[in-house]
Amino acid sequence: MTVRAAQGILALVCLLASSALAQTTDSRRSGFEDMSPQSQALQKDDTANPGMLSVLDGEALWSTKAGSAGKSCADCHQDATTSMKGVAARYPAFSTEHNRPLDLQGRINACRETKQQATPFAWESKELLALSAYVGKQSRGMPITPPDDPRLEPFRKRGEALYSQRLGQLNFSCANCHDDNPGQKLASAVIPQGHPTGYPLYRLEWQSLGSLQRRFRGCLVGVRAEPYPYGAQEYVELELFMMSRAKGMQVETPAVRP
Amino acid sequence: MSGFGSSHLSRRAALAAGSGALAALVVRPAQATTQTMQAAIDAFTGGAAITQGKVTMDIPPLVENGNSVPLTITVDSPMTDEDFVKTIAVFNERNPQPNIGTFHLNARSGRAFVSTRIRLGDSQSIVAVAQMSDGSLWSGSVELIVTLPACVEN
Amino acid sequence: MARALINVPPKAKRGEVIEIKTLISHPMETGYRPKGDGSFFPRDIIQKFVCTLNGEEIFRADLYPAIAANPFIAFTTVAREGGLLVFSWTDDRGEAQMESAKLVVE
Repeated sequence: MTVRAAQGILALVCLLASSALAQTTDSRRSGFEDMSPQSQALQKDDTANPGMLSVLDGEALWSTKAGSAGKSCADCHQDATTSMKGVAARYPAFSTEHNRPLDLQGRINACRETKQQATPFAWESKELLALSAYVGKQSRGMPITPPDDPRLEPFRKRGEALYSQRLGQLNFSCANCHDDNPGQKLASAVIPQGHPTGYPLYRLEWQSLGSLQRRFRGCLVGVRAEPYPYGAQEYVELELFMMSRAKGMQVETPAVRP
Repeated sequence: MSGFGSSHLSRRAALAAGSGALAALVVRPAQATTQTMQAAIDAFTGGAAITQGKVTMDIPPLVENGNSVPLTITVDSPMTDEDFVKTIAVFNERNPQPNIGTFHLNARSGRAFVSTRIRLGDSQSIVAVAQMSDGSLWSGSVELIVTLPACVEN
Repeated sequence: MARALINVPPKAKRGEVIEIKTLISHPMETGYRPKGDGSFFPRDIIQKFVCTLNGEEIFRADLYPAIAANPFIAFTTVAREGGLLVFSWTDDRGEAQMESAKLVVE
């Protein structure tokens, strides 16, 4: 079935469904719901959630002066608990300077480079993860709110196409697992719907905090595809699509996942 | 494309495929056995008799991910100056090493309680042995099933 | 210095049993993780965790590779007197990290 045909049918089904019911139920589930009660309890306990260690590191970095400009994040953005509230919930966002969307990590590194005149953090470095976790946590509990920015649309569409693109030796697309088979088991793990509600998150499998890009790469390796390098535009576009797919769901950063 | 839907892939086949792939990818270190666990317990107790009881382990019987498993141990003890838990030693059957942790309490601990997160490399039993202030030994054990997640990362 | 997160109740009533939670960032490298070239990442774990109150030990733990990464340890103590809680984590090399927290008992 072509993507267009599937989209057409999906649109028709949605139209029928919404007209048939006075009040539609949101069938979207966060991966939180698919976890064991112990992992859920771990995520909710700020005194035990290992992701909070990164948040604390991020808090310290926020006030650390860096680069030849000798500035810290706080010098421009003051108190993150105010200035960063809701920011992660509306990322990826369009960057006029770059003429394309940036994800939160890309934005942090762009600030580092242009405003602090410091070397950008390496992808998946402890520092970049810590700052993303700290900024992300300021949106915790808030609904994912993709920006209403028409400039993002062509990129979101590319992300949507990538989501349905079969890849790798196993020839699976994201949709094959996360749209067609959520709730089923893949070698004893529950397949989630795949909403990026809690990134960066502490994954028990990784024994550390990791970014959405790391998770994407894990999935790509899982279908035996060559993963795009860290920082690839494909990841930003995919995240852009997935955040619009998760619109309205609550941010959980820093989440815990198995 | 091979049938991915759950109707085509039986659960047993999926489990076998998953664990088989894992065995191929992972170099397995030598595992502890029931004998090595017993030897480690004997090293702790000095060979003295253990009575089953008083020790409760709170741990999910079906483990989501063996990398991090919450474990809470409580021991039925008044925890007074005259009668308290001195040490709780935890052992496992099938990890590469039999010891998990040894926790030292005292008369002012209030409750015989300790909570931590452990690693489990396989489905197995774990045993907790508590030594009381009068030297007596008590134990509790649980049997666990450890399921491994699907995509083993590079 | 590894990041540590310590949770002590802000105030305790004399004689109350309080729970203290500790979490420290550490990979707890088991020594069994394969590098991919046939060798293993060398073992590097926290071996010992001690908590003292006003210099007196109130809890101690001997840890092994089976303790999960970023070790979380929670224990209890009777709040008899207030003072300074000192937590120390010692690794395989004998290097220790110490953190402290105040215990207020009324």
